[in-house]
Amino acid sequence: MKNALENRIEEFQDRVIAKRNMARTKDIPGWGMDADPENDPTYPMKHTNGADHQRYDYEKPSQQPLDIEVFHSIERPGVTRVFGTSTPPAGLSGAIRRYAYKYSEATATHWMTLILADRVDVIQGKLNDLKHGVLPNPWVERGWNAEWKYNRSAFLGKAATMALLITAGIMMLSKKNSSKQHSREW
Amino acid sequence: MLAMNFRGPFQIRADRNRPEPEIKHPMDAIVRVTRSLICGSDLHLYHGLVPDTRVGMTFGHEFTGIVEAVGSEVKKLKVGDHVLVPFNIACGSCPHCKQELFGNCHEANAEATAVGGFFGYAHTGGGYDGGQAEYVRVPYADVSPTVIPEGMDPENAVLLTDVVPTGYQAAEQGGIQKGDTVVVFGAGPVGLLAARFAWFFGAGRVIVIDELEYRLEFARKFAFAEAYNFREMDDPVVFLKKATDYFGADVCIDAVGCDATGSAFQNITGKGLLLQAGNATAFHWAVNSVKKGGIVSIIGVYGPPWNLVPLGSIMNKGLTIRGNQASVKRLLPKMIDHIMSGRINPKEIITHRFPLEEIPDAYRMFSKKLDNIIKPLLIPPRANA
Repeated sequence: MKNALENRIEEFQDRVIAKRNMARTKDIPGWGMDADPENDPTYPMKHTNGADHQRYDYEKPSQQPLDIEVFHSIERPGVTRVFGTSTPPAGLSGAIRRYAYKYSEATATHWMTLILADRVDVIQGKLNDLKHGVLPNPWVERGWNAEWKYNRSAFLGKAATMALLITAGIMMLSKKNSSKQHSREW
Repeated sequence: MLAMNFRGPFQIRADRNRPEPEIKHPMDAIVRVTRSLICGSDLHLYHGLVPDTRVGMTFGHEFTGIVEAVGSEVKKLKVGDHVLVPFNIACGSCPHCKQELFGNCHEANAEATAVGGFFGYAHTGGGYDGGQAEYVRVPYADVSPTVIPEGMDPENAVLLTDVVPTGYQAAEQGGIQKGDTVVVFGAGPVGLLAARFAWFFGAGRVIVIDELEYRLEFARKFAFAEAYNFREMDDPVVFLKKATDYFGADVCIDAVGCDATGSAFQNITGKGLLLQAGNATAFHWAVNSVKKGGIVSIIGVYGPPWNLVPLGSIMNKGLTIRGNQASVKRLLPKMIDHIMSGRINPKEIITHRFPLEEIPDAYRMFSKKLDNIIKPLLIPPRANA
């Protein structure tokens, strides 16, 4: 929604509003009378020192140059001061990810679209491998060597089941094709 | 250089043609990896359960290494230092870091605000390549990386980058009081350490639940815990209620996360159809097995979307749920002291050592729990260069 409320509020106002309220606490009946700094379920993981109330106004490290495409969550104002440069978005999976990052982390669209992009990326990776002359090697890449060494009987059982299913599938398909051909001849 | 290369769920490659990392920011360092581990949470990536895990990425967030180069703003670390690198990437200056929540840094992960920045943990963890490689780029090098204390075994040092503080924080989050009955779900590396550290907080009983007999046996020896196989139970919750005078445990720790087993419904919806972030059976059992007013500590990793969880029971039983990624830097001094004083020797959990070249086999073995594996260690070819 173009005119949604989140597009109309001013950014970085939280502390401004809090400060304004803190200046008029005498007008708020009971303000602060039950405050208990020890009522803190985050202890001892968090050493509370009030830094939370600085919000975004803290001394930030210098900015890593943004020389590749890096997505950022729309729940923050921009990229972080440092970021990972592994595997920038590319191709169709990149376009799908670009779409996903238009939605917040609170939405199914964001996460489910990213999972879709991951699956597309696997196919993209295979095509890219072929383009560079790298053939799939499931024996090595799937660690079947370890299965052969430590789990041989179960591994052979699974392989036999798979082979049986594939053979049955091929037989069913060829039967279907030949019956189609047969009916056409009629 | 040689590095792990993710090619899709259950498919990885030991790739000799990966480019070496470069300094990208004045606070970066480049580290030559000496030891690296595979974490149980790496298996969530390997199994395709974490969104935005891109083909071509290098995993690995538990590693030690020698500093080979530093950026212009790095003042403390020096070239040649042998460091352990906490898995959290932390700026040290945001409000979260200033309050020692180093696992929740606000300046390390652009892509997800729900998650901190971690090495080699998908773009959901910030898109950094990880340490299952010969070299790694380490951002904010002056903040978390720590010189390995003299005399410390290198295998204990690498365990300090994640699993030891993570196991400790699991117990710490439980708010364990002297005499408490603590139940730990999961006898993987983190569960074993959580069980062991539960005693450090004064637990009266420590019970470990898992399905793998060899891990339960390990829990009895390493963590001095009572250990039970849920495959021998009709209903683990009834077992635990009965075992705790029909009252419930004081503290339950979920050290399993999204890759649990034990419920067909959770398996189908979580791991088969991906309608929730994996299988949350361990968390369900924890909520149902803890006493009213008890504490559930979550240290097992779940993906970010959502899970079907018993919110009604949490509210009606008055439970406190505590969870976080371990704040490694905060806990390091205490963990180093426990190890150097001989109170714990975590390297006992490393059962398998692989050259980095054999990483596909290492992942497969860890994923399928072959050859009684507990914790696999990777040694890159240039570890001793």
